Amino acid sequence: MKKFIRIVDSTLRDGMHAVSHQFTPDDMVEIAQGLDQAGIDTIEIGHGDGLAGASFQYGFAAATDEEYLAAVSGVLKNAKLDVLLLPGIGTMKELEMAAKYNVKVARIATHVTEADIGEQHIKLAKELGMEAIGFLMMSHMGTPEKIAEQAKLYESYGADKVYVTDSAGALAPEGVATRIKAAKEAISIPVGHHAHNNLSLAMANTLAAIEAGADMVDGCCKGLGAGAGNAQTEVLVAVLDKLGYETGVDLYKIMDVADDIVVPKMKRPQVIDKNSLSIGYAGVYGSFLLHALRASEKFGVDTRDILIELGRRKTVGGQEDMIVDVAYELSKKQ
Amino acid sequence: MAKKVKAAIIGPGNIGMDLMFKLMGSDSIELDTVVGIIPESEGLALAREKGYNASHQGIESILGNKEIKIVFDATGARPHLMHAPLLEKDGKIAVDLTPAAIGPYVVPAVNAGEHIHCNNINMVTCGGQATIPIVAAINKAADVKYAEIVATISSKSAGPGTRQNIDEFTQTTANGLETVGGADKGKAIIILNPAEPPILMRDTIYARVANPDEKAINEAVSEMVATVQQYVPGYRLKVPPIVDGDKVTVMVEVEGAGHYLPKYSGNLDIMTSAAKAVGEKIAQKLINEAEQGVG
Repeated sequence: MKKFIRIVDSTLRDGMHAVSHQFTPDDMVEIAQGLDQAGIDTIEIGHGDGLAGASFQYGFAAATDEEYLAAVSGVLKNAKLDVLLLPGIGTMKELEMAAKYNVKVARIATHVTEADIGEQHIKLAKELGMEAIGFLMMSHMGTPEKIAEQAKLYESYGADKVYVTDSAGALAPEGVATRIKAAKEAISIPVGHHAHNNLSLAMANTLAAIEAGADMVDGCCKGLGAGAGNAQTEVLVAVLDKLGYETGVDLYKIMDVADDIVVPKMKRPQVIDKNSLSIGYAGVYGSFLLHALRASEKFGVDTRDILIELGRRKTVGGQEDMIVDVAYELSKKQ
Repeated sequence: MAKKVKAAIIGPGNIGMDLMFKLMGSDSIELDTVVGIIPESEGLALAREKGYNASHQGIESILGNKEIKIVFDATGARPHLMHAPLLEKDGKIAVDLTPAAIGPYVVPAVNAGEHIHCNNINMVTCGGQATIPIVAAINKAADVKYAEIVATISSKSAGPGTRQNIDEFTQTTANGLETVGGADKGKAIIILNPAEPPILMRDTIYARVANPDEKAINEAVSEMVATVQQYVPGYRLKVPPIVDGDKVTVMVEVEGAGHYLPKYSGNLDIMTSAAKAVGEKIAQKLINEAEQGVG
């Protein structure tokens, strides 16, 4: 029997970074319906930085969390609705709100060394009857041993799955494989991988993760997402089919969603350019991209210098304010 | 010379110990007792070594001691909920460094005077102590409609209490931005950064204002920074106000004094420094009342 690989499509969450969180609830409904009909297992939606992400720090979205959830939850027939929550940004209050909209999956995202700030949220997700997933971000900043330790923490809180997430798109296949293996060996629950394409390795890394034992992986239509984007869902479906994996997704239908529904809603081409490449090279959080471009313009410094300096300072996910701080400092030195 | 007011600290952990060192230099407060619940507590041993009374018998050990007028509670929200009524009944004034928030939020640079007569005062959060003064300053100059703050602290300086109740931080800080800072609406974000060597506490304050008068905002913010520096010497303006339409961005950082805790834990330093500042205002009031013969 073919091994089943579960695909989580995050066009409507990570993809929101690429459109500065401006998909409207109607956009989301149209895309989510297409994803659902194509057979996508799990659909993640919301602001790019998860519940309560709408802010000066990360950008305001076109609608509220609740408006997006209300719109999309009504149209899904088979796919599971999924939300992301970063403790420190979102709180249990927002998770309780999400539960009213038939949200089936909650991914609790913490920096690779900080799983313990997500304990309460994992437990609440379970109480609310959701599948709870611990999401270890910026995994390139943690050794395989650290990932094993943090995955165990999530398992001890009652998580159903643990993700090894390459938020900066900074890992090469071997780095992904060793981290997935470390998590698999440490815990008895399934493991997932979320790749970014800043080094043009999203697909290769996703395959490396699957070969190393990952049970579920993420994608976005047209590869939309923070930085140079994520693994491209429709390509992933085709590649996995060729390699003999089952995804339950209809290839033609997902291609149509990507090209006919998502493309007309895109604000800019999803490419690897000098700036998104610098994100992967420096190992900084993918969503810094558009903020760094704006800061570069405002302060008259090279976007790449800002990103490389942010990497040198070991910034973590969510520290978008450091972009202005660093750009301001660099501009003073010029 | 005026007599000092006697005080106690409950909770001989990191915060309690740092506060103990800070109170050593106080002109108006004389620390008398440090209270814990674990006999072999390192903090209690240190308190004894420094010449203070130290008890592992919990709050009972100070109840009934009428000499002690001010009690700093550096335990946790749940213990403080139990301590608060006992302290009140015993006629002691509580300076609450936990997120219990029984009494009004106090930020010394903004509203210490308003609540000096309360018998229970809450110190909000570290992020609140660092950012509310800036919001209050901008509000005075420009009327803040919405305030949002991002507090980034080193992972090493975030204790288990903060980690297990991270929502308390965001919610309490957001409330403080509104009730003390004067914003119509507040939002708070906290980020833990594990970089080595540990980073200093840094805070970004964003505000949407009604009257973006750049000069007035700049003046109000620099005046406020100087006020905070009077009790938190390591408080610094990192990026002065950037006014962009109706959006104002300000960044500050807080370096600890390194009294007991390392300098990077500015987030803890600003809490203990603020608690000391409030405690001293209360002590001064008690001294003045005693001198004037009022009860």
